[in-house]
Amino acid sequence: MSIYVDRDTRVLVQGITGSAGSFHTEQMLDYGTRVVAGVTPNRGGTKFQGTVPIFHTVDEAVQETGANAAVIFVPPPFAADAVIESSEAGIPLVIAITEGIPVLDMIRVRRYLADRPQTRLVGPNCPGLITPGQCKIGIMPGHIHRPGRIGVVSRSGTLTYEAVKQLTDLGLGQSSAVGIGGDPVHGTDFVDVLREFEADGETEAVIMIGEIGGTEEERGAAFVRDHMTKPVVGFIAGRTAPPGKRMGHAGAVVSGGSGTAEAKIAAMREAGINVVEGPHLLGRAMKEALERRSRHRPAAAGKRASSQAPARKGAASRNAAPSQRGGKSARKAAKRVRD
Amino acid sequence: MKIHEYQAKDILRKFGVAVPRGYLAVTPLEAEGAARQLGGGICAVKAQIHAGGRGKGGGVRLARSPEESRQHAEAMLGMMLKTPQTGPEGQEVRKVYIEEGCRIARELYLGMTLDREVGRLAVMASTEGGVDIEEVAAKHPEKILREWVDPLTGLMAFQARRLAFGLGLTGDSVGQFVRFATGLYNAYVATDASLAEINPLVVTVGGEVLALDAKMNFDDNALYRHADIAAMRDPDEEDPKETQAKEYDLQYIALDGDIGCMVNGAGLAMATMDVIKLSGGRPANFLDVGGGADEDKVTAAFKIILSDPQVKAVLVNIFGGIMKCDVIANGILAAAKQVGISIPLVVRLEGTNVALGKEILAQSELDIIPADDLGDAARKVVQAAAA
Repeated sequence: MSIYVDRDTRVLVQGITGSAGSFHTEQMLDYGTRVVAGVTPNRGGTKFQGTVPIFHTVDEAVQETGANAAVIFVPPPFAADAVIESSEAGIPLVIAITEGIPVLDMIRVRRYLADRPQTRLVGPNCPGLITPGQCKIGIMPGHIHRPGRIGVVSRSGTLTYEAVKQLTDLGLGQSSAVGIGGDPVHGTDFVDVLREFEADGETEAVIMIGEIGGTEEERGAAFVRDHMTKPVVGFIAGRTAPPGKRMGHAGAVVSGGSGTAEAKIAAMREAGINVVEGPHLLGRAMKEALERRSRHRPAAAGKRASSQAPARKGAASRNAAPSQRGGKSARKAAKRVRD
Repeated sequence: MKIHEYQAKDILRKFGVAVPRGYLAVTPLEAEGAARQLGGGICAVKAQIHAGGRGKGGGVRLARSPEESRQHAEAMLGMMLKTPQTGPEGQEVRKVYIEEGCRIARELYLGMTLDREVGRLAVMASTEGGVDIEEVAAKHPEKILREWVDPLTGLMAFQARRLAFGLGLTGDSVGQFVRFATGLYNAYVATDASLAEINPLVVTVGGEVLALDAKMNFDDNALYRHADIAAMRDPDEEDPKETQAKEYDLQYIALDGDIGCMVNGAGLAMATMDVIKLSGGRPANFLDVGGGADEDKVTAAFKIILSDPQVKAVLVNIFGGIMKCDVIANGILAAAKQVGISIPLVVRLEGTNVALGKEILAQSELDIIPADDLGDAARKVVQAAAA
């Protein structure tokens, strides 16, 4: 198991003939991703590297190849159009890698997607997502990943790679790693991904990497507090960022006293997340969390909790009496009873 | 991107937003002439700098005659205007805006920006105009009225009316406010703004609704479709290092510490600053060289970092993913040689071919301090900067 993508995912690349699109399509093919189609208007009828058929439109590509995920590499002025074209063609998973899409374009995209729950957008301005050993969609270096049981969700590309590399070096593989992107208006958020990881039987624990700006981490923390039974280790970048300055990502800005790292760290710690002081500590903290968990918790209880469907509030406490459970989850369960 | 008040008002006029008449002046004589053209009555002389809070620093003065306008302009032009937003050294005043005075009955607030939680534009209005709106938001959140705009419909008249009545407007002022807010929204959307703020929005004794001040910021990512807005950029108001960085497609923000940072990825760059601070040091900048981190970019980044005389040591922190560490190491060496770096350089590489990358750095004749992880790198660069 994994989340969002696996070895059966059939990937379509929008902007496959552009420089980024063609480079990363090669990388995805090398990794073993099933890239079944490319779309570049006016290049239909040709083939990418002699193998992947290229179409003029997403509609045609879907009809001909049965693609069920789209990855977008088209330049910012055309990216909003590309997202909506894929959604209209019925593709359930759309991953927008493109950086620099105007905010007003994304406001319209998000308004459009509000009426289309059948489409999940990941990004834009994100590295994409990967289920190691099965399917890589995006720009992350595939070979640092290993199949395993840790879920990773992050707003930042290189910080995801840092975390993944540490995990792999410590012998901890990943179930899936999802970059949700650094833009202020985007699709999939922390809560969406955390819910999937909680429900995924193969995911044992989660790394959550946030940064300054907005309040998405706070909402993620509330979800962890109320619904998650699996250990979460976190990091927030930008404690030293001055207010009013955009730190690279369009979404990474502290404004009007909101979006501070302190508020996010406090909310995450309050939810029982182990928030580390630097990204170099993420791997070790995860290893410790897993060791604690296996010491304090009978394996059977762990199994039962992780096979829970998307947990409703209080579900875990119904599953096992607090007194029968150990460690952090018992405290959490007890808290839910009080709530 | 930021622009000046006079530029924002020029834009707003085109969208039917009511603003007082005014002229730009770059000499005291021009200021006097502008005041005469406005009828010779009471005028406001307003320093044009990007930072807010100008009134507190003496950057906005009333003049009762054209001669007085000239005197105020004389005093302001060339001065280093200090406001809570400029930093201690202040910002040089190069232009003043001469605006006709009006008789103010009420000072209100009207602003528009993205509400990222709902993914829509929020229009905010308050009866507490003319003061720091963030303070109002913190202390009296109930005094800020909000309407969220559906991008399918745009700002509707009923929403603007709801704000108008919420502000206690009556009679003709209601219709004027609706026209004002609608015009402001249209200007925002047509120019891809990221912030539009009218503070204060005044109601005159005669019931007129006018923008006394106007601030507009724009979405950098949308400037490609607004050549007219992009042309309003004022390099005098920007940190030259930040401008230079943009030319090389680098993200650079100047800070006040002494440890230069070069990192790939915005998140990792922020995290690097954080860990330096945790280790007792002070970062001199945020700098994201982007995913590529090739020799040209690294060279440009070194030049920008080293042009800050405060910098005593540099930390390079690169995660080599698709671009391998040995390639990056060679790029760093070539760039360091080309720039002629003479201060301590701590390099931390991680990722693909990291051993090979470290070996390349170790074997060079350059004095490079290698580091293993971010914690180690931060400790070493803080030590080096203190030495």
